[in-house]
Amino acid sequence: MAKEHKRPDGRGLTELRPMTAKVGVIPNADGSAMFAFGNTVAIAAVYGPRQLHPQHMQDPASGVLRVNYDLLSFSVYDRKKPGPSRRSQEISKVTEWALSPVIDLAAFPSTVIDVQIYIIQADAGTRTAGINAASMALAHAGIPMRDLICSVAVGKQDKALVVDLTKEEEDFEEGEGATDFAVAKVANSDEFTLLQLDGKIQPEIVKEVTRIGAEACKKIYEVQKKALKEVIEK
Amino acid sequence: MASSNLTIETLKKMFAEGKRFDGRDLLEHRKLSVETEISNTAEGSARVRIGKTEVIVGVKMAMGEPYPDSPDRGNLTVSADLLPLASPRFEHGPPGFHAIELPRLVDRAIRESHVIELEKLVIKEGEKVWTVYIDVYPINDDGNLIDASTIGALLALKTAMVPELDKDGKIDYDKKATKKLPLAKDIIPICFTFYKLGNSLLLDPTREEEEACDVRVTFGLSNPKDYLINSCQKSGKTPFTQEEIDKIMDTLPKKYDEINEKLKKFL
Repeated sequence: MAKEHKRPDGRGLTELRPMTAKVGVIPNADGSAMFAFGNTVAIAAVYGPRQLHPQHMQDPASGVLRVNYDLLSFSVYDRKKPGPSRRSQEISKVTEWALSPVIDLAAFPSTVIDVQIYIIQADAGTRTAGINAASMALAHAGIPMRDLICSVAVGKQDKALVVDLTKEEEDFEEGEGATDFAVAKVANSDEFTLLQLDGKIQPEIVKEVTRIGAEACKKIYEVQKKALKEVIEK
Repeated sequence: MASSNLTIETLKKMFAEGKRFDGRDLLEHRKLSVETEISNTAEGSARVRIGKTEVIVGVKMAMGEPYPDSPDRGNLTVSADLLPLASPRFEHGPPGFHAIELPRLVDRAIRESHVIELEKLVIKEGEKVWTVYIDVYPINDDGNLIDASTIGALLALKTAMVPELDKDGKIDYDKKATKKLPLAKDIIPICFTFYKLGNSLLLDPTREEEEACDVRVTFGLSNPKDYLINSCQKSGKTPFTQEEIDKIMDTLPKKYDEINEKLKKFL
């Protein structure tokens, strides 16, 4: 059954949209990057480590990673009212958790590393594109990291598993409907740092989903690495 | 973030000699580059770079009720969000004065120029009209956001398409938009903000220069033939002298032509 599934844009089931990545897009920031999955475009800026205020939020044993994710008002068809929403606050938090494990926060006690992620153009997969951009921006800022984080959404369309869904695919309603499973992974080790899903999916299939996600992450990692190297070699 | 006295004194001395750190003349702009259609979810959009300053602007349209005092016209709303992404100076939280003032200055330059033909944006008089949202996002603030944002707003408007409606009169984004946003021909609103430090006037300051200055004044011009000024606002306590005002008036037409020429191929 799954083999018969055709994607609206003609991609193979495990084929990612064309990726674009660029480092150093915001000169004011200590580190910055752009990452795009097809029509979904995310930019991220890193400021810090810098002093954390108010003081009572400081951790004398470790630095704090603080992520803010949001959509620009015109990044979606129905204009999004500027300012944080419950959705954006939740995504900010899961992104924080997705990125923290590779960062040596203990090296910067009492400080904060601010990560700002904004979506310029949304066609599904904004949180994953945001995480990919943020991971590159942190590396660009020279923050000690043991690895990069790569992130992708794996979806289920009726029974077929597909990688990197578009908005059109997210809205798929036939058969078992659409399930969107966002994963993030430490690039060179078997550790998933984000697992988030909406829809309905069997446990057995989840095993498959994370494996497919991990394969896709390898391709994302290459794109991230290449962009980071470009800026170092300049 | 206030500048140190040392920076202010140094800049004051340099400006008095007509010098700037980056070698420009006091009234010379940094390199301007623009790009349009940077977000395909927006009805129109643009990216403007002036030196290291970068601003992106998007136009969205939505249907709503007209204001009671203008039942036969569409609405215009300009917003700006000083994202903490764009500068170590910007923080989350309720907008400060600068965040409130920026969209108001852009709003007035655009609105007062009458470049948008709001009377053509009525769907049903007195009941339903289009609201044009212009949303400004600085991406990297290295000074002169007001002028950069207005250029971005202009270009986003110029590329904007009115969304199509379905049978029930709701917006249908799946239909390809074919109608351009109705704009008055030959009206090109552009802002020029003059900054003053000591007795020197300058245009297009970097962030460092901007922070050191005492006062600024913004002029919105829109007409390539007679350089009509549509809006003006002084911001800051320090006064401008008559001589300075004269100098600004002499400078405006030249500067307008210069920027207009650079934007021409995008309009």
